[in-house]
Formats: sequence, C-alpha cells, structure tokens
Amino acid sequence: MDLYSLTLTEVAKKIKNKEVTIKEVLDSVYSRIKEVEPKVDAYLTLTQELAYDRAEKLQQRLDNGEDIGILGGVPVAIKDNICTNGVKTTCASKMLDNFTPIYSATVVKKLEEAGAIIVGKTNMDEFAMGSSTETAFAKDTKNPWDLTRVPGGSSGGSAAAVSADMAFASLGSDTGGSIRQPASYCSVVGLKPTYGLVSRFGLIAFASSLDQIGPFAKTVEDAALMLNVLAGHDKMDTTSANLEKVDYTEALVNDIKGKVVGIPTDFITDGINKDVRAAYDEAIETLKNAGAQIKEITLEYAKYSLATYYIIATAEASSNLGRYDGIKYGYRTKDFNDLDELYTKSRTEGFGPEVKRRIMLGTYVLSSGYYDAYYKRAQQVRTLIVENFKKAFEECDVIMIPTAPNTAFKFGAHDASPLEMYLEDIYTVPVNMAGLPGISVPGGFDTNGMPIGIQFIAKAFDEKNLLQVAYAFEQNTTYHNERPTIEEGK
Amino acid sequence: MSVSKEDVKHIAKLSKLNLTEEELEKYTTDLSNIVDFANELSNINVEGVKPTAHILDIRNVFRKDEVQPSYDREEILKNAPSKDAGCVSVPKVVE
Repeated sequence: MDLYSLTLTEVAKKIKNKEVTIKEVLDSVYSRIKEVEPKVDAYLTLTQELAYDRAEKLQQRLDNGEDIGILGGVPVAIKDNICTNGVKTTCASKMLDNFTPIYSATVVKKLEEAGAIIVGKTNMDEFAMGSSTETAFAKDTKNPWDLTRVPGGSSGGSAAAVSADMAFASLGSDTGGSIRQPASYCSVVGLKPTYGLVSRFGLIAFASSLDQIGPFAKTVEDAALMLNVLAGHDKMDTTSANLEKVDYTEALVNDIKGKVVGIPTDFITDGINKDVRAAYDEAIETLKNAGAQIKEITLEYAKYSLATYYIIATAEASSNLGRYDGIKYGYRTKDFNDLDELYTKSRTEGFGPEVKRRIMLGTYVLSSGYYDAYYKRAQQVRTLIVENFKKAFEECDVIMIPTAPNTAFKFGAHDASPLEMYLEDIYTVPVNMAGLPGISVPGGFDTNGMPIGIQFIAKAFDEKNLLQVAYAFEQNTTYHNERPTIEEGK
Repeated sequence: MSVSKEDVKHIAKLSKLNLTEEELEKYTTDLSNIVDFANELSNINVEGVKPTAHILDIRNVFRKDEVQPSYDREEILKNAPSKDAGCVSVPKVVE
C-alpha cells in the first residue's frame, strides 16, 4: 500500500512509531502530486523545498526522542486565502498574484506547532466567491471523480487535494458552504466549526460575520484530530471565543443510541436531485438502524437564508474589499494620471467578474435608499433564522440535511446564470447565517458515480455531538472507503 | 429590470470600477435577477425583530495600549507596488 493513501491518523502513528521516516512520507505525497496534479490542478503553489527542510528538522527531533506533536511529520495543504509567512498567498486573484505575507495565520502556526508540514497552497474561487472554483484567476481545478466536472467551491483545491491523496488533510474557509459543498462533491469529510471556535487571524476576509476556517480530511476521526489542533482562543481575533479546551477525539464513539436527529421536512422540498434525495432517505434509515431517534422538525425561515446571505455577504465583501486600491500591496495598474485613476484602474484590472458582481451588489444594498429595504431587513431575517435553529435544537441533538441539492456539475454549466450557481448553496448557507457548526460526510453516489454528501448540524460549540453522530454515520456506511479514479467520466 | 443601467453605472462608480458597455448590460441583468430573488424577503413580517449583525455576544474587545514589537518596515514594503525613501509612494494628491 502506498503511504499517500493512508489516513492522517494512520500515517502520524507510523511516523511516531518509526515504521516510516518523514522523508518517505513526503516523497510519497510529492510523487503522488507529480502523478495526478497535472490532471487535477488542485495546487497554486508547491512548497517542496521548505517541506523537505522541515521534514529533516522534525525527523532529527523525533530521533532525539522529542515529542513532535500530534500531527508530527504529516503533509497538509492550505487554501490560498490563508496567510503563510514567506509563501505567496493569492486568493486565486490577479489582485494578489504578487502578494507574499510577512506573517502566518494563527491556524498555520498551530498546524506547524503540532508538527504538520505544508506541501502547498490550494486553488479556490477568487476571494472565495463561488461554488465551483471556476472563478479562480489562474486555472480550473478538476473533480478527481470526473475530470470534466467541477470540484465544488470555493475551497475546491483543498477538497480535491485530499480526495486525490495529494495531502492527508487541508484547510479551507467556509462563508456560505465553501468547505462542506466541495467536500460533498469530492467525497471527503469537510468540517465548518462554530463561528468563533477557530481564529480567523490571517484569513483574507470575504464576509467577516460569516467566514470560518475548518479542515478537510479523509475520515471523521482525522477531522476531529485537526479540530483539536485548530480550535482555541486567539487574542489576535476579537471574535474568537474564549472557552475551555475540549478533546474532540472523545466524541469518536460509534454509539448514537438515543440521540435525536432532526429532519427538517419543510426545508427539503423542490429542486433536489432524485439521487441525492434517495441517499438522504437511506441516511435516515442508517441512523435509525444505529439506534438514533429520528424527529421531524421545522425550519420555516431557512428557505430565506440564500436571499439573506447574498445581501449580507456581499455587503460585507464590498466593504472588506475596499482595501484593494493598488497602494500598499497587491496589483497596481501600469498606466494612470491621478490617484482616482490609480484606484479605479487597479481594481478594474485586478478583480475578476464574480468579485466585481458581488462588490457591486453589496454596494447596491448598502447604498442610501436601499439600506433599510435590503441590508437591514436581511439582518432581521437573519435573527429569525437564528431563532429557528434555537427552537429546533430544543427538540433534537443534531440536524441532518443533504450538503448540496445536486452533485458536481460540468464546467461552464452555470455560466449563463450566476443565480443558478448560488442555489447550490441552499443547504449550507443557513448554517453560516446562524454561526453553527456543520460537517459533510460521504453519503453515497449518483447514477454517474459522482459523490453525494450528507450534512450534520449542531448547536453552537457542540462539535462533540456533531462529530459523534457524523462518526457513527461514517462507521455504519462504506462510502468513505471508495477512492476516485482521476479520469474523465462518462 | 429592478436595477437600471443608471443604477449600475452609479454603483460601479461608488465601487471604483470601470465597466465596458457590454459588462454594463450583463451586470444590469445579473444584478436585477439577484435583487428580484432577494425581494422575496419583503414578504416576511420583520416588525419588531432586532437585526443580527454578528452571531456572538462579544462586544468591545479591548487590549491594553502598550507598545509591542511589530513588523519590519523593509519586510512590509516588499509588498508595496511602488516605494521611495522607506515609504509607499503614490501619485501627487495635492496640487
């Protein structure tokens, strides 16, 4: 068996027990990258030299009998909107194509302190705006299950890298589903933690009240291990929650007898692919057979989440992206006569079409005359959505819904209508609106052999319950054992 | 069209973006479609509902006003598109 195909937990153990060297693990991952990356295009930057340097140092420490951390020597990948000191961080945008951060995000520091080795930075939708990674400036990332289809987005590169065994785990960011939806499309585990559980310091902002960093992994166990490393208070992020340390691996018990799983029947209605629907019904049966109690719940305002999201997220984005003016860092136009022209031309040439669309929509909903009708109203509906979930969780421990209404689509399928693409986020967006934790776990395949994800949602900071149910679901199914062919499908 | 061409021209200006005639057409259609979709919110009764700007009950997180080591000037300037005498340089603003 090739080392690259192991899980994070397995490979970390082998390194610790000195069954393999860190260099052997790294060799295996980079040879895998050499083999499949030309077909998948998951990475924007590979950090081979730094990685081998680090491997050597970590191995020396390990050989000296030191503890090198719970991720000691494990190769991981980082989404390209998360700052890495000395390594280009571009947000897959022309605007930041020449940007090299002078500090690392807190999550990157934490991963490194835990012994992880960064193998590269992954492709994404430009500034994390998109659901297919097609808005990326440089190239399209392909779905390892069918290279003619998208990997989902916006963290498409991070999902594809783990799915194609080019990293044992990776980091993504999730503003409206950008971890869970690509995890679903690529058949890996994708976890969006509770807002505030993981520091956002060093994450290039899209919509600050919604953005959250989280891991992609091959198994729920690996995701729990990653969360152990990532979670925790950070004084550099004022929205970071100051809570007691939790060991999430304690949740890895295959026993959900008596757990109440909520099924929002009023939310899952039209527009859902029939294969996804069938997989969802099967998932309900799986949990029932494992001893969970299934309870119908209502989330009457959840259906308004998408409209609310596209007002709030774009408003925040239009403000956050105001900083790109061609002055202190980022792209500056070559040709200008005065300061105003410098600003306007730098932004016009530096941003891609989807980013411009969202900046303008956000500017529109915040502009005088429309503020009350759109922005304020959306914030009020957000309150109703939050209250909806609160009420629902009085009746159940976790909620289960599909991760996305459809499976991975062909490149260009939604080019004509941005709105159609937005609808792919219908099941993931409510979770961000309410700041809750959500996880996507492999839950089946459609008739084309494309993966289907099942999503679990829990109360704020109740990742333990979330992981326990997700783990039990995974242990009672076999979908996570299937590997992609990395070929063109039918 | 719920968003007019004139609206789009105005918000493009506010956003400091130039649009070609073709882009103006396309964005007018796109933004109208999205705004029409968002108009479903106008049917919801939100009277007396407090707006949520932020999900956590954290506010006014202060730190002590103490001098701490920061980043190196040369390092920071490496990312500047244009620099001069240890500063970021910009076109003349005041005549």
